[in-house]
Amino acid sequence: MKLFFTLTVILFLTSCTTQNLRGTGDLGLIIERAIGQVKLVEHTTNTSLATIKGLGDLSHASIVYSRDERYGYVFGRDGGLTKIDILEQKIVKRIMQSGNSIGGAISQDGKLIAVSNYKPGGVKIFNADTLDLVANIPAVYAQGKQSKTVGLIDAPGQLFVFSLYDAGEIWVVDMKNISTPVITKFKNIGSLPYDGLVTPDGRYYIAGLFGEDGLAMLDLWHLEKGVTRVMNHYGKGKQKLPVYKMPHLEGWAMAGDKMLLPAVGQHEVLVMDQNWKQVKSIKVHGQPIFVMSRPDHRQMWVNFAHPRNDTIQVIDTETLKIIKTLKPGKAVLHMEFSPRGEHVWMSVRDESRVDVLNTETFEVIKSLKADKPSGIFFTNRAHKIGL
Amino acid sequence: MQTLSLVILVFLSLSVFADRLTDRQQELRYLIKHDCGSCHGMTLKGGLGPSLQSLALKNKPDELLFITIKEGRPGTPMPPWKSLLTNDDINIIIKILRKGIN
Ligand code: HEC
Repeated sequence: MKLFFTLTVILFLTSCTTQNLRGTGDLGLIIERAIGQVKLVEHTTNTSLATIKGLGDLSHASIVYSRDERYGYVFGRDGGLTKIDILEQKIVKRIMQSGNSIGGAISQDGKLIAVSNYKPGGVKIFNADTLDLVANIPAVYAQGKQSKTVGLIDAPGQLFVFSLYDAGEIWVVDMKNISTPVITKFKNIGSLPYDGLVTPDGRYYIAGLFGEDGLAMLDLWHLEKGVTRVMNHYGKGKQKLPVYKMPHLEGWAMAGDKMLLPAVGQHEVLVMDQNWKQVKSIKVHGQPIFVMSRPDHRQMWVNFAHPRNDTIQVIDTETLKIIKTLKPGKAVLHMEFSPRGEHVWMSVRDESRVDVLNTETFEVIKSLKADKPSGIFFTNRAHKIGL
Repeated sequence: MQTLSLVILVFLSLSVFADRLTDRQQELRYLIKHDCGSCHGMTLKGGLGPSLQSLALKNKPDELLFITIKEGRPGTPMPPWKSLLTNDDINIIIKILRKGIN
């Protein structure tokens, strides 16, 4: 009897430890956009661990992670903000914070979550622990007019930076003192900024402009210098092709002294030097959406807009030549590299599949089922500025 | 006999045509949800572009919707769809939008 008891206790204890103790550094979440759920995946053995349901409209959803890489914050299109515990594999808290939102960011200290809203236009900032509202920043730019906000990112110094689509402005919000956000506004930065990014060192904020040529750039080390226009000459005199999906600026590569980014309205990837001058353009298969750098910056992987979204191209950053064209299937929406880049995951929406590829051999090493997958987000994003 | 086979033939081709139509409708519904949805929201509640739900379009005439979809709105992200969609496609899309996608 006693032996039996001890055995049971031992069994119980071992099952506890094997179940409970694990890291989260090789985990990630994949958005299943049409049915409002996310898939929890693990990229050491490329497996799917769980499905977490009940997240609402996830078209164009994105995710940021807490710095302990335990919690994921999912920003849904319908204004939902959902905090997921990836160890417990469940939703911890979910709020509807607006009618219509587009993305979010986590602060430098990990304590604040900011959400960028289309309707009503503006940014709301929440306590990362409780999801209680900390600050509400309506993007009012003219009497009674509120702008959609886009390109929200975090930056060093406890900053959030975003652009006002309808107003053509960039706002910098300093949250060092959470009870009194300090907002610096930059006006007339250009027409229809559609997305923004911050360079991986957290220094330059760049907004892409839909309404005119060039990019708006803000040096966050020197706000007093104001917004300057870079790559002004780009696109002049060229007939632009229709853009069936807005390009994303996230995931730009800085490869040595070069930067690569998607052109708008051209089937090209643009190469800039360190002085923000365009030095080259690379002809690619379609209108690029994501131009994403492998973590070692040696390759750039590019996906494309509808109707050419069945293709991926890989650019070698040394020679700036396309070294591989892949046809993974219909509607390749997003890619995510394993932290050190030996693998890349890609979601093939219309075929309800996520493929894992070896980035040296380009072989598919695993295919996972997922319902209309879009964004793939691994937890190592937790420690990257601007993601 | 000949007339009968002719009738059957006509009937068959008609049903094929009908099938095609529904296939195309199906495709267009998918396109609306996912590809228009990337800017207008998957439920068409609005995103970068305005809501395309039936209520929001109530006071907009078919002609306006038609020309907007066909030619786009220059100077805004709304692209022209004429190289990907036929006039018939666009009319079907307008019908689907008026009925509501959900
Ligand atoms: C790349 C983004 C984008 C895509 C993709 C897109 N639209 Fe639009 N659409 C817009 C924007 C932005 C506007 C608002 C234009 C303006 O400011 O007048 C708009 C406006 C419209 C309007 C006019 C609505 C109104 O209230 O006047 C219609 C109709 C429309 N879109 C239909 C469609 C359809 C149908 C599709 C898919 C076949 C589609 N759009 C795909 C961005 C897009």
